[in-house]
Amino acid sequence: MADIQHLKDLVSQVRRDIVRQVHAVNSGHPGGSLGCTEFIVALYNEIMEHDPSFHMDGKNEDLFFLSNGHISPVFYSVLAHAGYFPKAELSTFRKLNSRLQGHPTTHEGLPGVRIASGSLGQGMSVGIGAALSKKLNGDDKTVFTLHGDGELQEGQNWEAIMYASANHVDNLIATIDVNGQQIDGSTDTVLALGDLRKKFEAFGWEVVTVSKGNDLESVIAGIQEAISLSRKRTPVCILLHTVMGHGVDFMMGSHEWHGIAPNDEQLAEALRQNPETLGDY
Amino acid sequence: MKTYTNTGSKDTRSGFGAGLAELGKTNENVVALCADLTGSLKMNAFADAHPDRFFQVGIAEANMMSIAAGMTIGGKIPFTGTFANFSTGRVYDQIRQSIAYSDKNVKICASHSGLTLGEDGATHQILEDIGLMKMLPGMTVINTCDYNQTRAATLAIAAHHGPVYLRFGRPKVANFTAEDASEFKIGKAIHLQEGTDVTIVATGHLVWEALEAAKALQEKGISAEVINIHTIKPLDEEAIIKSVRKTGCIVTAEEHNYMGGLGESVARTLAQSIPTPQEFVATQDTFGESGTPEQLLEKYGLNAANIAEKAQAVIKRKTK
Repeated sequence: MADIQHLKDLVSQVRRDIVRQVHAVNSGHPGGSLGCTEFIVALYNEIMEHDPSFHMDGKNEDLFFLSNGHISPVFYSVLAHAGYFPKAELSTFRKLNSRLQGHPTTHEGLPGVRIASGSLGQGMSVGIGAALSKKLNGDDKTVFTLHGDGELQEGQNWEAIMYASANHVDNLIATIDVNGQQIDGSTDTVLALGDLRKKFEAFGWEVVTVSKGNDLESVIAGIQEAISLSRKRTPVCILLHTVMGHGVDFMMGSHEWHGIAPNDEQLAEALRQNPETLGDY
Repeated sequence: MKTYTNTGSKDTRSGFGAGLAELGKTNENVVALCADLTGSLKMNAFADAHPDRFFQVGIAEANMMSIAAGMTIGGKIPFTGTFANFSTGRVYDQIRQSIAYSDKNVKICASHSGLTLGEDGATHQILEDIGLMKMLPGMTVINTCDYNQTRAATLAIAAHHGPVYLRFGRPKVANFTAEDASEFKIGKAIHLQEGTDVTIVATGHLVWEALEAAKALQEKGISAEVINIHTIKPLDEEAIIKSVRKTGCIVTAEEHNYMGGLGESVARTLAQSIPTPQEFVATQDTFGESGTPEQLLEKYGLNAANIAEKAQAVIKRKTK
């Protein structure tokens, strides 16, 4: 394993980047970004074999697709720290003429992004496509996807979930960010998701539950377990239980911080709770 | 006057199937996806010869479009196959975000377009798809007129990088264009008939009808120029402008709503450079209905008789 302290430093720095990006333009989605920080940091810095010099085809690399594109602040920060583009570019987030669009796109040519996302429910299908392409190419690397739990209300996911098991797409690991929150309230009040483990299992998937999705070691262990279950003729799902807004106490656990930016005082407090470790952009 | 011979009526969808089967042999990156309409799309030959590169996705068109987008990552050239209605309106957001906006090299191949799928009725007849697809930035839109042209277009779009909408149909129609596929160039209009009194620009199944109309007009002493626009976007504007400079008026003919179709693209082109009297042979902002293809084309005025009538009407509007 990479130096765990370094990964923890990265997590703290990425959280600073998230709140600073969103604050600077008074728009964006901090809640889900903060909740998924450990997961995306772990993927890019511990799990995936990937090449920051960036080739769209991603042959012989592990690939990641962010389906819930609104958590772009965490994605951009992790990509920048991994060397896909200069960290200074994070200051252009959501601004005119930026490559860091509100939701990730390929249109402006930002290295690290392989498909646009934001309109929800499409990323699992895209991941399946990339995974099938890898099989045709004799490429033994893995495709990772991330989805919001509320996003599973989009029916296309269930088309994809059905397809992946029926067709043995076993080089795909789809992670669901189970934070129980969405824009209008808790997932239970908006449209209850029911028992996600049973649902995925009923569709023929292997399921790994990570109950502490904001604990770096647990996240890494969970992804490694998922990898060990992959390539056995079934797709693998990780139910990643996170706390929306994790790391900033006044944002934690509430849908209120899904898509609003902190004010100056709130930013200062958020930064105080997440020390600068690797240098602010 | 040049004459065109129907070498034997065939369905355009079979031209697609033949082209796809050829691509299977010549281009190992070509993959095909189908949403439970393999027979209707004539994809069997490809599926049988290349089971590893054929993906049956079931009745799940949204999933199919996004899988196709994902497959381009890794260098594949996916051809999706379903009816035109389910290739466009049903999956517009998937095409918009994952294919067009993401500039993915997906070929959206759509059969049973327009009215001529016939008896299934308006739920399956789409008359809005050209408009839907040409509105998407970066999307190439092609509507082929016969078997040979559909086969040629299928081969051509595999060699073209970028998203493409290829529209064809169900019924057997006259097969009369060049058998040599190399004559087909994306974005390049085909001059079928030289003429001086009126330009007829037609796409899809109405191209043969336009030729029949030109024959009927000839008997009345009217010289019609017939241009086949197979590529609606990018439009061969130069060919259209050049022709109307000579004829001074134009009829557009398509199996599509006049809103959003070829006719509107032509009108915009002419309005900007050479305002020209134009008549539209197209459906008039209506849904279709059940009937035989011939009955429907007659009822909705999408045939040679109506093209000839519109040609005479537009000639009268010319300012001498």
